[in-house]
Amino acid sequence: MEEILSEGDLRIGRVNFGGVVKRVCLDFVPEIAVGDYTIVHVGFALEKIDEESAQRTLAVFREMGVLEEELAGQEEAFARAAAAQPAACPDGSCSGQ
Amino acid sequence: MKYLTEFRNGEIAQRMAREIHQIATRPWKIMEVCGGQTHSIIKNGIDQMLPAGIEMIHGPGCPVCVTPLELIDKALAIAAQPGVIFCSFGDMLRVPGTDADLFQVKSAGGDVRIVYSPLDAVEIAQKNPGKEVVFFGVGFETTAPANAMSVNIAKRRGLKNFSLLVSHVLVPPAIAAILESPGNTVQGFLLAGHVCSVMGYWEYPPLAQKYKVPLVVTGFEPLDLLDGIRRTIIQLEAGRHEVENAYARVVNFEGNRPAQKLLGEVFEVTDRAWRGIGVIPKSGWRLNEAYRAFDAEERFHLGHIHTEESPLCHSGEVLRGTIKPAACPAFGKQCTPRHPLGATMVSSEGACAAYFNYGRFLSADELASAGSGLTGGSNG
Repeated sequence: MEEILSEGDLRIGRVNFGGVVKRVCLDFVPEIAVGDYTIVHVGFALEKIDEESAQRTLAVFREMGVLEEELAGQEEAFARAAAAQPAACPDGSCSGQ
Repeated sequence: MKYLTEFRNGEIAQRMAREIHQIATRPWKIMEVCGGQTHSIIKNGIDQMLPAGIEMIHGPGCPVCVTPLELIDKALAIAAQPGVIFCSFGDMLRVPGTDADLFQVKSAGGDVRIVYSPLDAVEIAQKNPGKEVVFFGVGFETTAPANAMSVNIAKRRGLKNFSLLVSHVLVPPAIAAILESPGNTVQGFLLAGHVCSVMGYWEYPPLAQKYKVPLVVTGFEPLDLLDGIRRTIIQLEAGRHEVENAYARVVNFEGNRPAQKLLGEVFEVTDRAWRGIGVIPKSGWRLNEAYRAFDAEERFHLGHIHTEESPLCHSGEVLRGTIKPAACPAFGKQCTPRHPLGATMVSSEGACAAYFNYGRFLSADELASAGSGLTGGSNG
């Protein structure tokens, strides 16, 4: 997000897509600020990218497979993967069972 | 680009694939609902990285593909009328109607315009007060907020010459319909990340419970897809059926509240016919009473529309996931992206287009056999 403008009844941002800059409606992401990353669909910013979460996911991915390469144990890899708890959702309704 | 390239790392992808090979002890069938994910899977060869028994079934999540033929024919009839500027996303122009497509209407003198955003169509309406401007608003929950905003702005600005030809479809009823269809073989689903960026995933736990299937919110890059598949297989192997979020950098449980609020103000739930699948109850949105005046079907009285599908086209079976594109006798012969028989060969989200554009003329099994030097065998 390079710049945020107000154009009459719409909040518009200038978003840089790896060099191509487009005007994008920001009305669905009131919290977004210059410097943030966002998902854009048909001219609308839909969600701000959670950079902390992205870094956490990448860190987990980078670790993945390293362990079982060292231990080379099939059961161990499965046990570890099965024990990994899915992210709980706020109301607990998706925690299964 | 940041937060894209990191999720395309080949070395990590190989390690994730190895982990999937270690985890999977049985064959499983997993459907990616979203056509954008289908393209990424075929483009990146994700399906070929998986163990032999893990089959990716391509779902109906291609809005252009499931838009009923009757609505395409209505679009053609409206676009051909004098005094109309007909605006659409580019994908839609080559989708065959019964007798023609929008490109042919345009070449015959119709004012058909490709726009990037429905807001562009609103601007065209403002600049052309003497014309009727119609936007062809198809899409899943991802596109619905943009279309809702376009009519909302048109209403606020008092534009009388703007309308929507609208056919919105919804993912949760489609998943239920797939799971209830006789002979269903799908055992787990990758949920479409961008649909969930709008809607969250609060709608899905009842589906996971009722049908006992794992549902994993998944992104679009190779590592996102491998992680979604990995998590689905872990659940399947453990006999669990939960909703998981493998796309947490974009999706949260509640979804986008301002977008959902506007959707509630503009649309109401309706039964929808899905091309190739049939009517699914309560599977779509239409403009509600307060916005009915902006409904192009109300504004243009079209009378009887005669519709007829190509007898050669098997896109219905492709959309239901019962055959792979390359198994259609017309695939790559009578039917190509230049001369498509069905919408699945047109759209950037259509499974047939993915198979054609990435040169996938064989099934994943056949490719594996070819790679290992075996001949014949599978009809996958």
